[in-house]
Amino acid sequence: MLHDRDIAQLLARLCPMHLAVDEQGRVMHIGPTLAKLLPDKRKEDACLFDLIEVRRPSGVCDMNALLARQRQKLSLRLRGHGGHAFKGVFVAVPGQGGILDLSFGIAIMDGVRDFELSASDFAVTDLAIEMLYLIEAKSAAMEVSRKLNQRLQGAKIAAEEQAFTDTLTGLKNRRAVDHVLPRLIDRGEAVTLMQVDLDFFKAVNDTHGHPAGDHVLQSVAHVLVQETRQGDCVARVGGDEFVIILVGEVDEAAVAHIAQRLIERIEAPIRWRGDTCEISASIGIATNAFGSGDTGETLWARADTALYAAKNGGRGRFRMA
Amino acid sequence: MHGLINRAIQCFVQDNYGFDRWQSMCFAAGLDEVEFEAMLHYEDELTDQLLDMVSAALKSPRDTVLEDIGTYLVSHPNVEALRRLLRFGGETFVDFLNSLEELPDRARLAVDDLVLPQLDVREVDPHHFRLTCRFPRPGFGHVAVGILRTLADDYGALVFLEHNGVLAGAEEIDITLIETAFAKGRSFEIGARAV
Repeated sequence: MLHDRDIAQLLARLCPMHLAVDEQGRVMHIGPTLAKLLPDKRKEDACLFDLIEVRRPSGVCDMNALLARQRQKLSLRLRGHGGHAFKGVFVAVPGQGGILDLSFGIAIMDGVRDFELSASDFAVTDLAIEMLYLIEAKSAAMEVSRKLNQRLQGAKIAAEEQAFTDTLTGLKNRRAVDHVLPRLIDRGEAVTLMQVDLDFFKAVNDTHGHPAGDHVLQSVAHVLVQETRQGDCVARVGGDEFVIILVGEVDEAAVAHIAQRLIERIEAPIRWRGDTCEISASIGIATNAFGSGDTGETLWARADTALYAAKNGGRGRFRMA
Repeated sequence: MHGLINRAIQCFVQDNYGFDRWQSMCFAAGLDEVEFEAMLHYEDELTDQLLDMVSAALKSPRDTVLEDIGTYLVSHPNVEALRRLLRFGGETFVDFLNSLEELPDRARLAVDDLVLPQLDVREVDPHHFRLTCRFPRPGFGHVAVGILRTLADDYGALVFLEHNGVLAGAEEIDITLIETAFAKGRSFEIGARAV
């Protein structure tokens, strides 16, 4: 049967990666695509096992072993082609040897590229071309999605850079203060700027770790919001530095009262996972309420100086400029 | 409309005429958006607005713009991946023509929410094919003409194309195959990766 030219041509068309052997394992004919993959010499008349190595199941290195494994899925490798793996199946033809049919399996992409195959090298019914199409189409779609993700990531970073919110505490941030303060002053509003700087905060971080430090900052933020009015601006402007802008005329005694309450509440021990964190705060205050003619910058500088004085006077105090 | 379609219009203009030209067109047309995302969806009307805008700005009839977009899609190096995907349709131009009916399904394999026009190819005789193109919005047939004309070159075939207009709700294109192996065409290796 295998000597029949018609059968050989039929197989060449239907299974272009087949190989027909006689009972001794001698190659009778080779499908046109598989022939392209084999080294030039030693094709027909060669022994099957000199051309191809059966990797799985193990121990298939002669015709008897191969016959015993017929119709099973085989993992194979072409000798003389480092790395190229194939899958295949052997079907015996009683008394005449048999047919080994190969496929690239999952390694199709590398196989096609390395052996410069084209669509006509595959059987018309083979899904290889669809598979290649799909790999390429999916990579192209994935590339477009990847670019979209990159742009979204960029937009997110840009949005964060433009944000007015401190993500840890939910308070306003430095950028918000820089935006709001000059506008309030330009509008002729009376503003009182309180610079609140935490004392002993570094010790919390050093002793209890950064999660404890974050918790303390959040607790302080909570106090600052509770002790101020809705229209006031409360911001975290540095690691442990906060700013409160009181909007409208507030007399000195009321400001002093607020500052004192803030310090007392910030000094209250803060629980953290069974530990207690204790900090304090120094506050420097400056106001343009009485026609000081301050700009945002000078007001800020005066509050800074007052804060410095408060720190120098011992922690846990406030000073008015 | 799928973002890929608006994106194609944008890339056609910016790859051929520069991003500044595209941006100034969009500004002049009062569009909020200048960058279209390929993987998002947009209102259908916006696509019409874009086409009218490009047509006015390039002082070129809308049908011509659509055909030029078709040509761009399969010839510009920036969109080489698309040309390759189409060439998977067949080894010869006739194979390719016969594969056009699969195009919407093939597109869905890659991008599952992309709806393309329904394409039907009928072989009138071995040298004469008729492509009908059904889509809620007419005009895609002109894109198809641009694609077919350029891909015929790509395959090395010599063809004559005629858009017959809209008949019974479908655009109809006559394809006359003068010679299948007129020139060598561009090479296409299935294993070469475009991206």
